[in-house]
Amino acid sequence: MSAPLLSVRDLIVEFPTRRGTLRALDGLSFDIAPGEVLGMVGESGAGKSLTGAAIIGLLEPPGRIAGGEIRLRSERIDTLSPDAMRRIRGKRIGMVFQDPLTSLNPLYTVARQLTETIRTHAPVSEAEARKRAVALLDRVGIPAAARRIDDYPHHFSGGMRQRVVIALALCAEPELVIADEPTTALDVSVQAQIIDLIKEICAERGASVLLITHDMGVIAETADRVAVLYAGRLAEIGPVREVITNAAHPYTRGLMGSIPTLTQETDRLVQIPGAMPRLTAIPQGCAFNPRCREVMDRCRTDRPEALTTGEGRQVACWLHADDAQEAARG
Amino acid sequence: MFAFILRRLVQSAIVMLVVALVSFSLFRFVGDPVASMVGQETTLAEREALRESLGLNDPILVQFGRFVGRALQGDFGISYRLQQPVMELILSRLPATLELALVSGIVAFALGITLGVYTALNRRGWLSNFIMTASLIGVSLPTFLIGILLIWIFAVELQWLPSFGRGETVEVWGWKTGLLTPSGRASLVLPAITLGLYQMTLIMRLVRAEMLEVLRADYIKFARARGLTNRAVHFGHALKNTLVPVITITGLQLGSIIAFSIITETVFQWPGVGALFINSVQFVDVPVMAAYLMLIALVFVIINLTVDLLYYAVDPRLRVDRAAGH
Amino acid sequence: MNRIARAWDSDIAWSFRHSPVAVVAAVVSLGMILAAILAPWIAPHDPFNPASLNLMDGFTPPGQPNAFTGNSYLLGTDDQGRDILSTILYGTRISLFVGLSAVLFAMVLGISLGLLAGWKGGWVDSLLMRIADVQLTFPAILIALLIFGVARGFIPPGSREQMAIWVLIISIGLSEWVNYARVVRGAAMVEKNKEYVQAARVIGVHPVRIVARHILPNVMGPVLVIATIGLALAIIAEATLSFLGVGVPATQPSLGTMIRIGQKFLFSGEWWILLFPALTLLALALSVNLLGDWLRDALNPRLR
Repeated sequence: MSAPLLSVRDLIVEFPTRRGTLRALDGLSFDIAPGEVLGMVGESGAGKSLTGAAIIGLLEPPGRIAGGEIRLRSERIDTLSPDAMRRIRGKRIGMVFQDPLTSLNPLYTVARQLTETIRTHAPVSEAEARKRAVALLDRVGIPAAARRIDDYPHHFSGGMRQRVVIALALCAEPELVIADEPTTALDVSVQAQIIDLIKEICAERGASVLLITHDMGVIAETADRVAVLYAGRLAEIGPVREVITNAAHPYTRGLMGSIPTLTQETDRLVQIPGAMPRLTAIPQGCAFNPRCREVMDRCRTDRPEALTTGEGRQVACWLHADDAQEAARG
Repeated sequence: MFAFILRRLVQSAIVMLVVALVSFSLFRFVGDPVASMVGQETTLAEREALRESLGLNDPILVQFGRFVGRALQGDFGISYRLQQPVMELILSRLPATLELALVSGIVAFALGITLGVYTALNRRGWLSNFIMTASLIGVSLPTFLIGILLIWIFAVELQWLPSFGRGETVEVWGWKTGLLTPSGRASLVLPAITLGLYQMTLIMRLVRAEMLEVLRADYIKFARARGLTNRAVHFGHALKNTLVPVITITGLQLGSIIAFSIITETVFQWPGVGALFINSVQFVDVPVMAAYLMLIALVFVIINLTVDLLYYAVDPRLRVDRAAGH
Repeated sequence: MNRIARAWDSDIAWSFRHSPVAVVAAVVSLGMILAAILAPWIAPHDPFNPASLNLMDGFTPPGQPNAFTGNSYLLGTDDQGRDILSTILYGTRISLFVGLSAVLFAMVLGISLGLLAGWKGGWVDSLLMRIADVQLTFPAILIALLIFGVARGFIPPGSREQMAIWVLIISIGLSEWVNYARVVRGAAMVEKNKEYVQAARVIGVHPVRIVARHILPNVMGPVLVIATIGLALAIIAEATLSFLGVGVPATQPSLGTMIRIGQKFLFSGEWWILLFPALTLLALALSVNLLGDWLRDALNPRLR
């Protein structure tokens, strides 16, 4: 693998509360290569969105990064001053949020929000910024962009607003785009369009994407690799096709089993018994052990490390301890 | 736009009519108007004649119509206590109240919004905590007590400022103003602070709460994620969104200032309409009470109307001037 | 025992123990309420008994013997020779009685009308909420003054004095019902459409029972906050009305009346007649307000 664009190592995010400190992310490590689309899946509360917030430096207090490091092109960004981090936001890392209806300030025209962002990151005149803004809106598929640019957000439909949000996230040409559930709040009919748009436009500009979603279907169609999160820990990461066809972690297998497919004739969807533990009660050893069908004694006491089992493939599961040794030898 | 204003005007007229009804009921049913006007030695026949001449034997609706008609012309009858036309009494005292309300309103707005924004942005700073605690004391201090304390410190102990009255006034275009003379301005300081302090703390707490709410909004998070400077996020995005709901409530606060001036005027013996009203309550001087009620309602209706128009100007979502296309 | 332990460990109790302001405020409010209740037993004199007053004792400075009679009073005496400490104790009693009664009245009225509006909907709801809107645009103190003025018009002059305190309670109560009604109405409207409530209605559970079991518990938090802050407001309103000379009669001074009397002697140097009642009023209003403020934050952690 070439030098990663983004590299997250042993990331720990904690929330101090009166009942003690909650670890929302516990030792998370992954890379994103230049131009790569990394999907990130997991149940709600698994820490997907927190990962995005931690990378872009917008964790809501009292949440804080308690350990590990985040590097962008090998430069450490988690320890930057607030102002230096601000310069990276929007300029080098763009972000698209879940709900386009609330992501735009209702009191300002789209033009004002775009030019403001462009001029924050580039020393251009108002007229030049506006020209770029119109071009960008046109690129994200807003019809009659030159006219619509002076409209207020409420004049646009949900799908159109998400296009505006994408334009805003991309207007300073970031190297990495974090898309946090970008289609969850949208009509099913426009979801695919928006995902395609994100993929297309990022490919065109060579930007990498961290696509956070709970929709395995979206990941399968869009991502190059996928990371599966469980209770703030990495369960498995690897190329999408391999993970889908040959999931290594029992949790991933359960996750795949819960997606209906058209090609396979299955009588019923597989369900993972139980629910993800609350952060206050993460079990000892492997966090998944109480729900795991293949649980072993070791799973209840020792926490599995992320074991490399193949090219760009890691699994945090004791079942694969032998494979990993093999892979290391071979 | 025009339809919007028209609708608001009609609504305002209805509110005024309702208040007029309350006013009229006060006037008509609280105590006996005839008994309040005549002396002990008046005969029953004379009373009946007066009753007839005042139209008190007409159907209630006719009487109400007449009341509204007269009110529109500014005729609220004669004060029972002072035996003077009510309108004349009120008009002669209105400038004093309006000047006081205006000055303290401006102070309350400017300081309230500034402090509210400051405490919201520096939520955990010691100065914010201090301001918030002080504001709670401000809310817990009744207006009259603030006035008395100010008199005690600045008039009795330090003897810097006068403790009662309006000082010297001059007449400009029929308006008796105290703003143009040194003694008039000095006299205004303590009452204006007294009246403005409570409103200021309210506005400040409101702005703070609203701003904290806005700062949690998705579009603020998104604005930060786009790398906008704190300055742009706080003052460009958050402040404007904060002010939209604040406009409404602070507008009404301005109305409250006029009502609260009752207390301040009593403490400082300020010759305004509030002091007039308090006396009329004590002596059950119904015509003055009724007229004051109408006056306050009018002020509120005008403020409401202004606030609606402001709202309309600030919030584009209310302007449905362009069809929403996709 | 288990219950107590659980209550002690609850989030609210935890937040209370860790907020020194709340603890101090609670101690001060409770202390003052207790002192007010026990006034007849702990007050050194009876300020409401004209026979025990000696005009010669008037204007005694705090802690010093009177120039004529040689009597000494901890906090001095007023112009009538009333012991300030005793008058404050009795005055706090009146202020608290009026405040608590007004809050109770406003609460019962507000909750009932709110439930009615939320449950019935339709024109009942529209009417009540329009009244609430109009009333909210006017400051409570003005509403109270008007109601007070109107009530005085109806009561014959002879009984005005003895009715004053009840008129006061009703005036203040009527001026503050709106907040309760709004909160309760909102909750009632939300709960009304929930399936279990629908189901309960279908099987014929009496609406009063549904309301008591399912809606009221949901609004207890906000209602408690409104009531606490409302108590501070009512105490201030009572003091203000009494200060304006339209509240309780001067023969039974509340804190507001005492401040009105004290104000007259500010220029002649008898500061204690004003200062001690003013401090008492401030301490009372502030501690109740602080409690309310803390309670609001504790019940709504999002705002912290």
